[in-house]
Amino acid sequence: MTPAPAPEVLKAPLVVEFPFTRSLGPVQSAFLTGLRERTVLGVRTAGGRVLVPPVEYDPDTAAELRDLVEVAPTGTVTTWAWNPAPRRGQPLSTPFAWALVRLDGADTALLHALDAPGPDAVRTGMRVRVRWAEEREGSITDIACFEPYDGPATHEPGPHDGVFADPVTGIVAPARLDYTYAPGRAQSRYLAALAGRKTVGERCPSCRKVYVPPRGACPTCGVATEEQVEVGPGGTVTTFCIVNIKARNLDIEVPYVYAHIALDGADLALHGRIGGIPYDQVRMGLRVTPVWTEGGRYPDHYRPTGEPDADYDTYKELL
Amino acid sequence: MRDVAIVAFGQSGTRRTSAEVSEVEMLMPVLHQVLGAVGLRAGEIDFTCSGSSDYLAGRAFSFTMALDGVGAWPPIAESHVEMDGAWALYEAWVKLLTGEADTALVYSYGKSSPGDLPEVLTRQLDPYYVAPLWPDSVSLAALQAQALIDAGDTDERALAEVAARGRNAAADNRHAQVTRSAPPGALLDAPYLVRPLRRHDCPPIGDGAAAVVLAAGDTARRLCARPAWIRGMDHRIEPHGLGVRDLTRSPSTRLAATRAGAFEAPVDLAELHAPFTSQEIILRRELELDDGVRLNPSGGAPAANPMMAAGLIRLGEAAAALHRGDADRALAHATSGPCLQQNLVAVLEGEAR
Repeated sequence: MTPAPAPEVLKAPLVVEFPFTRSLGPVQSAFLTGLRERTVLGVRTAGGRVLVPPVEYDPDTAAELRDLVEVAPTGTVTTWAWNPAPRRGQPLSTPFAWALVRLDGADTALLHALDAPGPDAVRTGMRVRVRWAEEREGSITDIACFEPYDGPATHEPGPHDGVFADPVTGIVAPARLDYTYAPGRAQSRYLAALAGRKTVGERCPSCRKVYVPPRGACPTCGVATEEQVEVGPGGTVTTFCIVNIKARNLDIEVPYVYAHIALDGADLALHGRIGGIPYDQVRMGLRVTPVWTEGGRYPDHYRPTGEPDADYDTYKELL
Repeated sequence: MRDVAIVAFGQSGTRRTSAEVSEVEMLMPVLHQVLGAVGLRAGEIDFTCSGSSDYLAGRAFSFTMALDGVGAWPPIAESHVEMDGAWALYEAWVKLLTGEADTALVYSYGKSSPGDLPEVLTRQLDPYYVAPLWPDSVSLAALQAQALIDAGDTDERALAEVAARGRNAAADNRHAQVTRSAPPGALLDAPYLVRPLRRHDCPPIGDGAAAVVLAAGDTARRLCARPAWIRGMDHRIEPHGLGVRDLTRSPSTRLAATRAGAFEAPVDLAELHAPFTSQEIILRRELELDDGVRLNPSGGAPAANPMMAAGLIRLGEAAAALHRGDADRALAHATSGPCLQQNLVAVLEGEAR
């Protein structure tokens, strides 16, 4: 047992991607399908306001909205902001203005990019028009951006039935966020020890339980665990399941056994795969020890030690 | 209706990075600080409510791991909001008002340093019409600032004064991330970040945590010499379409303040959560705060703006001023979302001395 040293701060890149598939309501569907057809639709509220982009429900009264109106692809900037360093995913890769644009015939404004040579070429009140994307699929990015336009509305607003051939009913919204992950003190200490093929837990100073892997706090006492305790390498299977579904990108033949393993000296079971024994012979109480592979940074799996099974009373509190 | 008070407040320092600690390791000292202030152990709290967002650090279910820090096993009565901790405080306040609990622990934390915060925040936007354009949080605030300038309600010099006042006020705030400022005139020499905003118009990005303890009636009097009684609290939201709103106004703040009783008597202290300088101009107008009100003596968001905690810190700072006897009636405000999308207002009072 040793007091925990201040570990080296571990860091690793972490990419989180979540491609949401979203279904559309009837108004959203008509609007996005309209963009694909170079037609901008708004929706009229009971109070007579035309909302662009259109929404399914009145922001003031929550009434359902269905009264579609075609507005012009020309409009007026109501406010703007000069973005000198476009980020990934934004509509233009060269410096541009973000702008709220009230299209002719609309009473509300639409957010998009405005392609202009510089901030001095942009002002509130300036006239702009839609620049359509070459390839359109029914999404807000079918508008490539706005561009300066010195002229009147190109057509009068009028009612629209919102009917198009092959309407868009959903969008796929891909998203990716990049992080630099840092696991913190307790997990850094755990990972550093694991690199030396040692499993090191941490003891609660209050209830004396040893947590493996440690997460920095005792969930019973709400205090920091800072005293390191080497546990294992041997342990006992407390409970297990037989996995029959092959996970994507996982090179393990099914069926295999995934188990909770109470390492000797630990007061919390961790989990790992059991190998070196037919899957249907794994049992509660089986004694196991970790198997490391060349270059592995954590145990590949646990195998039976050949010792007699542990008595149930020795691990029943760890189930 | 029962009387409910904030009886303790604690916060971590807000720092640009906290890579050496996990969320729970950052949070735990703050929890111990507030519980220690009222002499309670975690298990003696009736209700626990927290606010955080896993998107900030990209760490799924981080809020459940943070719960280890309150000693949540065996299971405790607990809740979580994916919002600033001010809204967690609101939930806990309602719980105490119902009589279901006499004490509550409210905490929140944000670890923005692992990600690119302005980009992460694009994911909270309308997923159909706005999020696919990836408009970052600074750009959206800049649209609001430009609208305010166009309306003649402010100018870049006045915005620089807001930043300088906040950061100079934070000179004695050891929890602040950015303190002291060059004179407003000198700030205007800096280049634009997203015109019309410069770096000083934007809040520093930092990691931090905060916690308060709430208690009802005589329990509050027992735990705290001068409880900060919550006389009213309300939260309201704007329409989600940015182009539907008048960005120069904040009717949701006005309504929340009215329903919280903010206009029934003057306040002597206000802690406003205005992440961007132009937003303070808007809030002061809606809340009718004149020069006689001490505004953000903590420095406010220009000095430290830990996501998910900065709003709770406003309530905590206002309460702490009442605890110390530095104020008698205070207004605290918290915001969330782009361009003051959601707003919470609380009115706190100390008993006559």
